[in-house]
Amino acid sequence: MSSKIKEVFSKVHAQNRKALITYIVSGDPDHKTTIDIMHAMVGEGADIIELGIPFSDPMAEGVSIQKGHERALEKGASLNDTFELVKEFRLSDKKTPIVFMGYMNTFESLGAKLFMEKAIAVDLDGILIVDMPPEESSDFSREATKANIDIIRLIAPTTSSSRAKKICSQCSGYVYYISVKGITGAANLDADDVKDKVSELRLHTDLPIAIGFGIKDAASASSVKDVADGIVVGSVFVDLIGEADNIIDKVSLKTKELSEVLN
Amino acid sequence: MSEELMPDKNGRFGIYGGRYVAETLVPALEELSEQYELIKNEDKFLKEFKDDLAHYVGRPSPLYFAKRWTELLGGAQIYLKREDLNHTGAHKINNTVGQILLAKHMGKQRIIAETGAGQHGVATASVAARHGLECIVYMGEEDIKRQSLNVFRIKLLGAKVVGVSSGTSTLKDAMNEAMRDWVTNVDDTYYIIGSVAGPHPYPQIVRDFNAVVGEEVLEQSKSVIGKDPDMLVACVGGGSNAMGLFYPFIEKKNVRLIGVEAGGLGLSTGKHAAPLNDGKEGVLHGMRTYLMQDDAGQVIETHSVSAGLDYPGVGPEHAWLKDIGRAEYESADDQEALDAFKELTRVEGIMPALETAHGIAYVKKVAPTMDPNQSIVVNVSGRGDKDINTVASIEGIEL
Ligand SMILES: Cc1ncc(COP(=O)(O)O)c(C=O)c1O
Repeated sequence: MSSKIKEVFSKVHAQNRKALITYIVSGDPDHKTTIDIMHAMVGEGADIIELGIPFSDPMAEGVSIQKGHERALEKGASLNDTFELVKEFRLSDKKTPIVFMGYMNTFESLGAKLFMEKAIAVDLDGILIVDMPPEESSDFSREATKANIDIIRLIAPTTSSSRAKKICSQCSGYVYYISVKGITGAANLDADDVKDKVSELRLHTDLPIAIGFGIKDAASASSVKDVADGIVVGSVFVDLIGEADNIIDKVSLKTKELSEVLN
Repeated sequence: MSEELMPDKNGRFGIYGGRYVAETLVPALEELSEQYELIKNEDKFLKEFKDDLAHYVGRPSPLYFAKRWTELLGGAQIYLKREDLNHTGAHKINNTVGQILLAKHMGKQRIIAETGAGQHGVATASVAARHGLECIVYMGEEDIKRQSLNVFRIKLLGAKVVGVSSGTSTLKDAMNEAMRDWVTNVDDTYYIIGSVAGPHPYPQIVRDFNAVVGEEVLEQSKSVIGKDPDMLVACVGGGSNAMGLFYPFIEKKNVRLIGVEAGGLGLSTGKHAAPLNDGKEGVLHGMRTYLMQDDAGQVIETHSVSAGLDYPGVGPEHAWLKDIGRAEYESADDQEALDAFKELTRVEGIMPALETAHGIAYVKKVAPTMDPNQSIVVNVSGRGDKDINTVASIEGIEL
């Protein structure tokens, strides 16, 4: 397990709060601003940053994040560029864990081996490939384990208990519980159902559990935070970035508001 | 493994296929596989499927000898498999008739589909109407423009058409959007995919329901041709009409199988939709297959005069058949397809869909190089009525 991810969860447990995991699309609105946003988020209490790797066909994303992917691609963003971006970010932040979240086809364009070489070079912490269930993941799982990079896996409301157990056994870093049947930014969060499912998940794993997909604001974050170790928030940030003016201020303010809710 | 037994239990055809989807859909796909395996050999289901094919679709479709066209080309004997005569005008109805029975068996109340040319949308809306189920059809805004006739047909049939303006606003984006709908409404919704594409078990299900085309040809050839045809030809978008024709012949190694992709403005221009000719391995829409993509793994925009072939991927079984050399994949460009469209119309009085015209164009090229005692069966996957606006506007005519 990435020592940085582990440290984050030990620290938040000790401080009796929840980890704030923020998602933005790499290269949205541009390379440099992404780095500025990352630093600003860390400054206001983000514990882990998930960088979405722009893809032409982000099948699991709602409209907000789809638009983020499109904006980033228009600016020429890519997986390779994301490695560059993390390298620059690391010049002044060696501590904050970074996870790449994206789709199989972009990851495979590099291949598992080369990907891991680059990942090690920029001190990447984890990967979450949305369309790579355990059954389809041999290369990346094997190489990630060798490289000591966490493979974060999704568990959904539709996942059976026996399947959840199997997925947890092939997961590291943290388990990502998808809080809604739906795409990112969905509005149909059922807090009671999430609580039941996450409590059940605890029977299968000692890994920290993060909850995401349907967390739109401070209210929805606080409605499920009790059962979680971390909360993932994405669409709200990507929407703010899409507004294009005063991005850093807006993102900072939102990060602060969310991190306060999780304290 | 025998090709007949493909896919394997993980839904793979060699290295292709599989189930590359977000976790939310994995259990739904497992359930679909289970239910399909359960009913596919049941007498009751098979009887219902066959009855519907006979009385609703109007099967069997004829295997027609194209006498004048054969004479004109002066080579192999050419036979047309008349899927254009099916109810709703294309092979697409075979699959929807089967899948809607599966949906009902699974107790789903809501049907969704993606469509490119609109033929699959029409076919889905028709069976949904007939079974009294709610139906939503996702269609790229570009395709809504060029296939407006079918859009209106879908609406008349009581289905809702949802325009998709993300990405390239074509078939691939409609499929993304249908997948998003499915993830969101997975409990009560059945997604009828319209080609041999998508995550396992769709490539298998859609192939099986279209295999009736090849099975009939196998049987009809005995009396109509007097022997097996030497060559089968079909256009390939996602690959369902081709797979349906090829599948029953896979073990018959004496029969050449030729799929024809959309060459668009020409393979060398990069503006085409021919992943088997000029793409490389990748993952999209839940499957590993050949894809039109750039070096960074971004799926690139495709081009074809026919909306139904304008798709950057292809069914995984075709990828496999290509790699093992069992099927061959050629292409025909926009102009060749348009010429073929006109030729078949004038010479045989049969107006093919622009998708189909790509297969026709290849026959135009290959038949004269063959011997008169050889024969070709080409799948006339659909009729051209839906394309009249497109053809007219290319000729500068306003209807
Ligand atoms: C008449 C016709 N032929 C062929 C196709 C291409 O699909 P497939 O390759 O799955 O047969 C379409 C798709 O819309 C079609 O309408």
